[in-house]
Amino acid sequence: MLGLIGKKLGMTQVFDPTGKLVPVTVVQVVPNVVVGKKTSEDDGYDAIVVGAYQKKKTRVTKSYAGQFPEGVAPTRILRELRDFEKEVQVGEVLDAALLEGVRYVDVTATSKGKGFQGVVKRWGFGGGRATHGSKFHREPGSTGQSTYPHKTFKNVKLPGHMGHEQVTVQNLKVVSVDTEKGVVLVRGALPGPRNCDVLVRKAIKKN
Amino acid sequence: MNLVQAIQAEQIKSELPVFNVGDTVRVSFKIVEGKTERIQAYEGLVIAIKNAGVGRTFTVRKNSYGVGVERVFPLNSPRVEKVDVLRRGKVRRAKLYYIRTKIGKKSKVKELIVSKKEVPAT
Repeated sequence: MLGLIGKKLGMTQVFDPTGKLVPVTVVQVVPNVVVGKKTSEDDGYDAIVVGAYQKKKTRVTKSYAGQFPEGVAPTRILRELRDFEKEVQVGEVLDAALLEGVRYVDVTATSKGKGFQGVVKRWGFGGGRATHGSKFHREPGSTGQSTYPHKTFKNVKLPGHMGHEQVTVQNLKVVSVDTEKGVVLVRGALPGPRNCDVLVRKAIKKN
Repeated sequence: MNLVQAIQAEQIKSELPVFNVGDTVRVSFKIVEGKTERIQAYEGLVIAIKNAGVGRTFTVRKNSYGVGVERVFPLNSPRVEKVDVLRRGKVRRAKLYYIRTKIGKKSKVKELIVSKKEVPAT
């Protein structure tokens, strides 16, 4: 599957050819270096490994630097892209031109952290009445029965940490690809804060 | 200028039509019907201009057979061909929403008369 590591820059609006104003997220495609290849003979599946944001060799541990072939500087982030549709060589640099002709993409990123949240925000519970003698406001309510089963089942929706998890948004339309600026305009919002790392891949359910 | 601002700057028209709140204007709006394109004119009083970068809009109000009609146009839209000023208005506020509740003479805006000395050579 075709894909690239990018950086979410922020949102804006652009006019489409019919004159409609479309909300878009600007994704900057940082230079993606092909660091390695996985093959079905050796690893059981086909994939390429791409890295972005190069670092000095002296700035990383020896074990981390050992993953990189000779002539390729270590990179801050590494991502595997399975079944890459284009033939690439180790050491090659990929840019935004790769996504030309792609109509829909899936975008993966780490969402914004929301901290410890209650059930109303985290799971969309309705909550109770605020006034008229109600003593039930934003509580989770019952978490199970008494004698039988005599325990709270796993995965019951309760308060806890929300956000800062990997989120994939599927089937986002590619509005335009600008190879000169090295940016991709994707329709709609993406997970994560500004300047976060995103993985833009060709959509698996739509083309 | 960062990349997001550069993309926004591309969307903004290089020559924006010049008009003010209170002016009576004729907006030439492009309409696409299947494969044919035609230009529809819409005439009325500009009662508001909202500044929001690329999404800058202006509201034009007119009276159509006794019914008030308001239409909001995006100023930077490629479908807004041109805006002709038919009559300039003398107004003291930025938004003329009060006109919605007025009828008769009170719903009119006085014409702005500029002396020839003040008019800059264009």
